[in-house]
Amino acid sequence: MAVAAADIAAPIARRSWLREAFRRHPTVIAGIVILVAMVLMAILAPYLGTVDPVAVSPVRRLRLPSSTYWFGTDAYGRDLYSRTLYGARISLEVGLGVAVLSTVIGLALGLVTGFNRIADAVIMRIMDGLMSIPPVLLAIALMALTKASVENVIIAITISEVPRVARLVRGVVLSLREQPFVEAAVAAGTGFFRTLSRHILPNTVAPVLVQATYICASAMITEAVLSFIGAGTPPQIPSWGNIMAEGRSFFQIKPYLIIFPGIFLSLTVLAVNLVGDGLRDALDPRLARRM
Amino acid sequence: MFAYVIRRLLATIPVMGVVAIFVFSLLYITPGDPAAVIAGDIATAEDIARIHHQLGLDEPFLWRFGGWLWGVLRGDLGISIFTNLPVAQLIGQRLEPTLALTTTALVVTVIFAIPLGVIAAWKVGTWIDRGVMIFAVLGFSLPAFVLAYLLILAFSIELDWLPVQGYVSIREGFAPFIEHLILPSIALGLIYGALIARITRASMLEVLSQDYIRTAQAKGLANETVLVRHALKNAAVPIVTVIGIGIALLISGVIVTETVFAIPGIGRLTVDAILRRDYPIIQGVILLFSAAYVLVNLAVDISYTLLDPRVRY
Repeated sequence: MAVAAADIAAPIARRSWLREAFRRHPTVIAGIVILVAMVLMAILAPYLGTVDPVAVSPVRRLRLPSSTYWFGTDAYGRDLYSRTLYGARISLEVGLGVAVLSTVIGLALGLVTGFNRIADAVIMRIMDGLMSIPPVLLAIALMALTKASVENVIIAITISEVPRVARLVRGVVLSLREQPFVEAAVAAGTGFFRTLSRHILPNTVAPVLVQATYICASAMITEAVLSFIGAGTPPQIPSWGNIMAEGRSFFQIKPYLIIFPGIFLSLTVLAVNLVGDGLRDALDPRLARRM
Repeated sequence: MFAYVIRRLLATIPVMGVVAIFVFSLLYITPGDPAAVIAGDIATAEDIARIHHQLGLDEPFLWRFGGWLWGVLRGDLGISIFTNLPVAQLIGQRLEPTLALTTTALVVTVIFAIPLGVIAAWKVGTWIDRGVMIFAVLGFSLPAFVLAYLLILAFSIELDWLPVQGYVSIREGFAPFIEHLILPSIALGLIYGALIARITRASMLEVLSQDYIRTAQAKGLANETVLVRHALKNAAVPIVTVIGIGIALLISGVIVTETVFAIPGIGRLTVDAILRRDYPIIQGVILLFSAAYVLVNLAVDISYTLLDPRVRY
């Protein structure tokens, strides 16, 4: 009996769980759907009816969107639809790269400063200094001196985001160290690294994960800004910021050159933000009610 | 109070010191001769030698840093490589449009965003609240320059209500001055407004659940009085903090907004400097903006004592 009941209940429960999730968190589900669509679009770009995104064709310059050129063509006759789809690769690469790198480095710095006073004094003074430079400006300064490449863009944005993660982790570690369960672990003779890995680190995951999604979103915007003002990815790479930068001088007559990549960028950032809000609500219910 | 202000002022010295060291050593963290990097790929050996000498690269590092810092402290930010004019003078010429734009954006945003957050918290759970929250999420997701182009498309090209680009000084009349600043201010202020509205709502929600609010309502005070005199006043500290921290968003946004709207301010100067690898200008701009940011947040810290008498130093 019990077995049969479980067998019947399982599929119903699963289906209603999905429906329930959508009913209760429509924005989070929407964010996940858009994000998955963007990732698939970036990966499958060559198979989605695109042509070479950098193929120049002077006779087909500045064509309006049509059945042949879905998003029209740019000043060099390059197909905007193909360029926009391939552009998703750069944005996602930068967003993910910066989120992962700055989280790992920030986590390491935050843990060290949370445990060692001397390191705390030195590292946090440097972080305070870096944090008083507005992030985009810091990234611009770093990019102005290095060769334009996707890797350098990721490094530059990471450096400007690391202080925030480090400060967040440091705060969490400092408050955790005072918690009875950590004191109990230390009193029970648990070694330093075991305390760190079993008691401290797991409790930093939730806030860091949420922070990482917001960093991902802001990194995508920063990359677009850097490329847009000519200090980002090399101009020959079709990133959304670069496409918009090239469309700048034609905006009044061919606004679609900026509108299409702009919409894709905004949608992707929106999706990441919605997923981040969902994560925050799921991982920290106390905060969820307030924000 | 006075002692606290002095202490906070002194505490900004190490922070600005780190910024100064960072800004100065930026030139040297890249491998190879910075002069060659600045000169670019098509520079001749003479160009590189000239820039090498102009940057004082023949001298030892600490000596150079000392000399540079001494100059900065006296308001000498170095000489622009491209135009050969003092950086301080170039920045001074471009200060007015940037100040006009950021101030307008700041004032307009704060005037709109705080009431939005207050109303959302007051009507929590209703469609008004949801509307404000949707605005906040969209504000975080729509990059300033994308919004800028959408605004130009709608209000300048389609409706023809406002000028597409450019800047008019207030000395040439108030109407054209404001006309040229409306769209840039909205584009620049959106993300800032989203942040302020969100924090105002969160902070108000916290305060509205307090006993003294119920007491105030129970004794029959008008809603507006409860909201403004009792709730908003007690919710002010986090809001003011975010207004200060959010200035970073305005500073970052100003660079790209000035580019889109062709406003001849510091942002435009920075972008031109990047394209020409005119490093002294970039250094000067970073120093100036960071100092402004640090000072604004210092003012915010000090304002806590005025906003909340419980805060004592």
